[in-house]
Amino acid sequence: MGVAVVKLSDTTLGRVMRRPKGVIAGTWLILVVFVAVFAPYLTPYEYDIQDLPNAFRAPDAAHWLGTDEFGRDMLTRIMYGARTSLSVSTIAIGISVFCGMCLGAASGYFGGRFDRAVTAVIDLTWSFPEILVALILVAIIGPGVTGAMVAIGVAYLALFTRLTRSQIMAIKSETFVEASLSLGASHGHILMRHLLPNALAPVIVAAMLATGDAIILEATLGFFGLGAQPPTPSWGGLMSSGTAHMFKAPWIIIIPGVAVAVTVFAINLFGDALIHALDVRARVRES
Amino acid sequence: MSEPLVKIQSLSKRFDTPGGFLKKRRSMLAVRDVSLSIARGDIVGVVGESGCGKSTLARLVLRLIEPTEGAVCFEGADLTQLSRSELRKMRQRMAMVFQDPYSSLDPRYRVADALAEPFVVQGQRVPHGRIDALMEKVGLPASLTQSYPHQLSGGQRQRVGIARALALNPDFIVLDEPTASLDVSIQAQIVSLIQELQRNLDLTYLFISHDLGLVRYFCNRIVVMYLGAVVEELPDPGAAPRHPYTRALMASTFAPNPNARQEATELTGEIPSGFDLPRGCAFAGRCPNVTAKCRETVPVLSRGPHPVACFHPIQG
Repeated sequence: MGVAVVKLSDTTLGRVMRRPKGVIAGTWLILVVFVAVFAPYLTPYEYDIQDLPNAFRAPDAAHWLGTDEFGRDMLTRIMYGARTSLSVSTIAIGISVFCGMCLGAASGYFGGRFDRAVTAVIDLTWSFPEILVALILVAIIGPGVTGAMVAIGVAYLALFTRLTRSQIMAIKSETFVEASLSLGASHGHILMRHLLPNALAPVIVAAMLATGDAIILEATLGFFGLGAQPPTPSWGGLMSSGTAHMFKAPWIIIIPGVAVAVTVFAINLFGDALIHALDVRARVRES
Repeated sequence: MSEPLVKIQSLSKRFDTPGGFLKKRRSMLAVRDVSLSIARGDIVGVVGESGCGKSTLARLVLRLIEPTEGAVCFEGADLTQLSRSELRKMRQRMAMVFQDPYSSLDPRYRVADALAEPFVVQGQRVPHGRIDALMEKVGLPASLTQSYPHQLSGGQRQRVGIARALALNPDFIVLDEPTASLDVSIQAQIVSLIQELQRNLDLTYLFISHDLGLVRYFCNRIVVMYLGAVVEELPDPGAAPRHPYTRALMASTFAPNPNARQEATELTGEIPSGFDLPRGCAFAGRCPNVTAKCRETVPVLSRGPHPVACFHPIQG
């Protein structure tokens, strides 16, 4: 059974990449991740060394994307900013998915009072927009990378808890669960071998799409000065500093904005391709 | 007679609807005081209309749902009193085949995984060659072991379901309408497979069905249920019915030989709701032989070789 699971994930990625939108989106995402990881080796500039004589330089051969108000290279800042934006959003969504799946699976499977309590709290947070929940939490924890991560993670907790819970409740009543019970299966076996694997596909897709939203949310927090603190660049923070010079040096705000937009678009495309790739039936038909 | 393999003692199951803000909590007895002994090697059929509690009875017997009252003894051990680990061990000796072969297999499990699952949940290793042996036993080619359920036909899936039930060499199998969602031609194949397995492996069956014709062909004892209670136990499939309900059921089965067809005694009236049972005999409202007594008192199942729960049984 373990072997089958490994094979499945291998071919899932393969099937995403068989679709044109999967290829385009996947290529961009790989590029962004590559740039974020290897930023120090890809650029001759430092992200935090000021070079005031070269401030507000428009894009040219030396500074492909221009410089900011302190003469720092924008391309370098964007590359380092990708580190912050991607790590904060993916770690936050990772926390969210893990906690949401545990909570949702337990409350959907066991039901009863625990389920009612979880549902009540989750519905309460669900009734606020994510941005509001995140802002309140940052206000409590304090601004910074950790604060933003926790805030975004909690903001999306409701989504994954609800999604997992509804999936588990639907699958729980299938006959194969009863069949497994009739063979003597424990609750752990039912949850880990039947319910969660069958509930996983939509959660993965939702996680992918939520990561896109989380990048925007991280940029928003950064824009408000509640995310990564200067001099650490983040895409939202870069846009925020660009607002003051919007008409004099529009590239400072436009370029990080484009980075956010294209990356989020790529994530959505990739998620779209993933929806088709994760369907077990479709997989067999193609092969 | 030796100790019966399975002994069901006055088993009852009550379901409650959840009470709500403006809704009163209501309860219904899905299974009412059912007692039944199944000897080793027996094929006991349970028939009744849909909603008469026969599937609930099947699940109670295997303790997939907890009974409200009563006991189920398997070789003298009361299943309702067993601890979790004792029950798990006991489950090696009994199995269930389900009605819907489409939902009884996990769509993510290949056939080989589905057949290995009984061993996995029991914490055992799959004996070498066991999967292929099971496939052969139920007449499936070994080439299908790597297939997913959606690649199989309904009949093939049901064979996988039967193979899974056989995996741990059980003594007792509950078959919950195993042919009801299959095509007629496939039904015949599955029934003969089930019969053949019973003979070769010395199995004991509790066969749930709404098809009296099938049960009469196949079982050596028949229990007729109506609204959760047993109304008659036919000691052999050819026995003449004594309860008017059984007779109506038999008259409604289709006889292939036109000369053997009887006039169908039509039942009039509606089945009473399980939430709101009449005071006397549950069948009184539809019975052609009803008297005042039937509407007042509940008839109990008589003792003897051919038990019937009726004040005015039909005389053979």
